[in-house]
Amino acid sequence: MVDASLAPQAGYHRPSRAIRAETYKGSWLNERTALMLLTPATSLMGLLLIGPIVAVLLMSFTDYQLGAATWSFVGIANYADLWTDKVFWRALTNTLFYVGIVVPASVLLGLGIALLIEAGTTLRAFYRAVFFIPVMATLIAIAISWEYMLHPQFGLINLMLKAVGLPTYAWLAEPELALTTLAVIGVWQLFGFNMVLFLAGLVSIPKHLYEAAEMDGARSAWSRFRLVTWPMLGPVTMFVVLISAIRSFQVFDTVHVLTKGGPSKASEVLLYSMYTEGFEFFRSGLAAAIAVVFLAFVLVLTLIKSRLIERKVHF
Amino acid sequence: MPRVNAILAGFLRHAILLFLAVIVLLPFAWMISTSLKPQAEVFLSEIRWWPERLHVIENYRAAFEKAPLARFLLNGVIVTVSIFVLQVLIALPAAYALAKLRFWGRETVFALVLFCILIPPQAIAVPLFLLFHHIGILDSYAALILPFTISVFGIFLMRQFFMTVPDDLVDAARMDGISEYGIVWWVMLPTAIPAVTAFGIFSVVAHWNDYFWPLIAVNSKHLFTPPVGVATFRNEEAGTDYGPLMAAATIIITPLILVFLVAQRRFIEGITFTGMK
Repeated sequence: MVDASLAPQAGYHRPSRAIRAETYKGSWLNERTALMLLTPATSLMGLLLIGPIVAVLLMSFTDYQLGAATWSFVGIANYADLWTDKVFWRALTNTLFYVGIVVPASVLLGLGIALLIEAGTTLRAFYRAVFFIPVMATLIAIAISWEYMLHPQFGLINLMLKAVGLPTYAWLAEPELALTTLAVIGVWQLFGFNMVLFLAGLVSIPKHLYEAAEMDGARSAWSRFRLVTWPMLGPVTMFVVLISAIRSFQVFDTVHVLTKGGPSKASEVLLYSMYTEGFEFFRSGLAAAIAVVFLAFVLVLTLIKSRLIERKVHF
Repeated sequence: MPRVNAILAGFLRHAILLFLAVIVLLPFAWMISTSLKPQAEVFLSEIRWWPERLHVIENYRAAFEKAPLARFLLNGVIVTVSIFVLQVLIALPAAYALAKLRFWGRETVFALVLFCILIPPQAIAVPLFLLFHHIGILDSYAALILPFTISVFGIFLMRQFFMTVPDDLVDAARMDGISEYGIVWWVMLPTAIPAVTAFGIFSVVAHWNDYFWPLIAVNSKHLFTPPVGVATFRNEEAGTDYGPLMAAATIIITPLILVFLVAQRRFIEGITFTGMK
């Protein structure tokens, strides 16, 4: 009876909704509503994102300096300057070196720890929370703690090395070590983020695949990893690699606080160069050219990442 | 035998994870330990975790006296909350329009949103700085907040979420005579609370910890956010007085960590959810 009394109502609703959807589609009212809802967002997008990105491209072809009376288009002069500038090349290769350490180390560490956490049932939430703390914690504040830990004479690291009879170093003051030390801090900060992405990936692997692999003779943990986990995690791993690369490309905080790009440009990176040119020397045109180079790298990585998401990476 | 193996494997798992956990927490532990020490015990050539003479009150009082830490924290709250509220106010209507309305130019607007997601914030810092310089709003709360009021990522995220909300819900609301604006706030928002929460966690963590833009946008001490404030404190101290400096760092770091520890599950889910988009 209940069904019967509801049926006509449902029957009455359905066509009317269809008609309404038809008339609603493309109606003048709809255009106006959409305009009203979208205007705040689109105008801010124009003012704060699209305008500035066009401006940074144009500025990179000018000699604009904040405070200078005049400016003019100088063609590719800024890029030509960068091409012959040793410091710029140093910044670029240093950034790539930093990315080259942080990405593999933080991905492998993130994966390894995720596997270890998932391998058992006890203390999972505890470990997950502990390894995630560096991701959350204000990097600047903890960088200051790192600085003191790395102090050549009184730092914890050197005191521990000395206690077991190993040689000690001026971690942030030696040109051969400074950038690698910053990269270690970068890994320390990033791997927990990769870990939670891998954990999400691991949880979504259907349990019956492991059972099937076991029935097919995959007895050891290693063969189960090789036959099931690794292939199933493949897309996630690609994604984590890209997102780590994008993040580590943006290294700036630790450089600015701990080394100022030194000693003797040993830890100069792209964003730090852009910052000093743009906001200390106010050579806006040159800073814009560095920003464009930075943008080009990040854009390529981000585009590959979006392509991956479109292909429906499963987590 | 398998039983013994299982116990051994479990033991090994905890041994490795605990060892790594200790390493990960070392900078925090050393920071807190140093914040308890008098200067004489900071400059020691031996490892001492617990000072012989506790200097807690002196160090923390010195930290508050040397730098307006409470002000930095308050600024952090003002800036992150304003950013999040404005992001939601601006992104939600746009996301609703893109997900549920059919209108001329919808594909173009959505393509622009996707394009803007690709822009890293540092790349546009120079023109934004010049724009703010020319309209005279540098060194103000507006300078700290305005660039992040538009979150294209938020629009994208919420649009994806709204796509999954059944059209019937929207139609029923229209039948009841609710305006389109009303639908956004009274129909769509309640269904989207989990996604908005995840986005909120992502947004607050990102902007509470942001250093690059506040460093550029403001130079008056009373406007410093926590990261810029603690970095300035460190530059002024220049490695002479680690006790108060570590006390300051501890104070700056604690609020977010506490919130995290209370709601760690939600935090990790939120960051994972937004991180995968």
